Amino acid sequence: MAVNPALLLLTDSRLPAGGHAHSGGTEQAIATGTVHDLASLAAFLRGRLHTSGHVAAALAAAACALGEESSRTGACAQPWPEALGASRAEALGTSPTRSEALGALWILLDAEADARTASPAQRAASRTQGRLLLRVARRLWPSPTLDDLTAGPDLRCPGALDDLALAVPNPHHPIALGAAAHAAGASPEDAALAAAYHAITGPATAAVRLLGLDPVAVHGLLADLTPDLATTASDATPYSRPWAELPARSAPALDLLAERHAGAKVRLFVS
Amino acid sequence: MTDTGSPETASDTSSDAQEGTWANTLAAVEQRAQTDIGRRAMRARAAVATSLAGGRTVISRLSSMPPLTLRQTGPQTVYLVSTAAGPLGGDRLDLDLDIAPGTSLEVGSVAGTLVLPGSGESVMAISARVGAGAALRFAPQPTVLAAGCAHRLVVRLTLAAGARAFWREEIVFGRYGEAPGRCHARFDATYDGRPLLRQEYTVGGPAIDASPAVYGDARCIGTTLITPPPATPPVVTPSEAASEAVVAEGVAVLPLAGPGVLVSALATDAVALRRRLEWGEGIALGSLAGAARPT
Repeated sequence: MAVNPALLLLTDSRLPAGGHAHSGGTEQAIATGTVHDLASLAAFLRGRLHTSGHVAAALAAAACALGEESSRTGACAQPWPEALGASRAEALGTSPTRSEALGALWILLDAEADARTASPAQRAASRTQGRLLLRVARRLWPSPTLDDLTAGPDLRCPGALDDLALAVPNPHHPIALGAAAHAAGASPEDAALAAAYHAITGPATAAVRLLGLDPVAVHGLLADLTPDLATTASDATPYSRPWAELPARSAPALDLLAERHAGAKVRLFVS
Repeated sequence: MTDTGSPETASDTSSDAQEGTWANTLAAVEQRAQTDIGRRAMRARAAVATSLAGGRTVISRLSSMPPLTLRQTGPQTVYLVSTAAGPLGGDRLDLDLDIAPGTSLEVGSVAGTLVLPGSGESVMAISARVGAGAALRFAPQPTVLAAGCAHRLVVRLTLAAGARAFWREEIVFGRYGEAPGRCHARFDATYDGRPLLRQEYTVGGPAIDASPAVYGDARCIGTTLITPPPATPPVVTPSEAASEAVVAEGVAVLPLAGPGVLVSALATDAVALRRRLEWGEGIALGSLAGAARPT
């Protein structure tokens, strides 16, 4: 399978979406001494990838798949009762339109991310990064249909990024990443890979800066993890609605580090 | 079991489709267990249900099946009494709790659960439904993962709007000086039909377990979900507003996005784990604010 070039843009640390300000717990792990050299950093990155990285990958894939689904469902004003399942459609009203149903689905997927992020500091960091990424992605990949004057008013529908921004202005980062990946033409598995990659590259770069490690040696750790990135992306992709079944792997040490960091007086990184 | 952590639970009872998924899950787990049976595996289902009679809680159903034996020790208290060793690999134990609206139930256990190896995976599945205005306190002794075990713990907690729950889980990685077997624990809690907390813990992969991002040098993990925090009104806030976490050595008190607080603790032994959890629970319940932090 050829790599989608948009995926390179989405995962590039030079994407101006504020990712460089976050260490994903690495700064605090270094402050408390649990990460202090290459070996402990390697273990940290591996654990991070297989827990919160895995969950982020699955959420991003689900968001990308929801974007795909939304672009197949036709006019915004059309009813789309089957989207939510009988009970939720009933709660919304007799027959939600496509826009209403999509809004409810983006809110629900975002709530699934919330339920998998027990730490308030991690939720805040994820939403900050999600909001920035959403803003950047909407400028990079604007919805074509909004400008398509040939389409009738019923057919002029917002794209997935606009749907998401309307329903959840500050979504969790993996949700924004998945929606952006779809807008850029990437697949759910691409989105999962981007999320898994994001889960370890930021922390690795932060460790180089904080510990003064050899940058090549640290990139060697990332290279060692590339097979795990591939399996994470493929393992995280087969989930569809209901999203209750999405992975929820917890990392209690990361939760503790995130809260400790949020309360720290001196810090270089936001998270 | 595999360590892919592929969750096989569905937790939103508001949808028939998801109920179907849950049933399929149980069937799949059962089928897998049956193929692995060498010795005769144990199948047991125990259940407790409450009802409201004259404004008071009555335990209207109490059914046991060895090794899952329940004893009523108070008007609204039951204890799990293990009447056989285990669970052993291949065993399948189900516990159903039904707390009717407006009633209260407290569930404890006399001793910890020692999960032992056997042929195949042992499964403990706990399903609890708590009605509006009802309260459930679930605080059994820890689950200890003996060497060589292969265990799956599946918890599904369904809270109606206005339900209160105190749900404590403790997992100990092996007996003293022992490397643990494998365990995959999945916990799903919904509140008023919306996801509240979903967590998975996988134990038994040394490279991941010892990661400073996951358990570090801890040998015990524990969580207590308390909902809603009595100190604050149960308001569902989709944002991170008004959520102050408290953190101390090896324990964090984490306000959730939905109406609830999770106390999450790590420790090198079960005594320290319980001390940390209880400290966090006290903070969460608002009764121990300002107390000395645990060491």
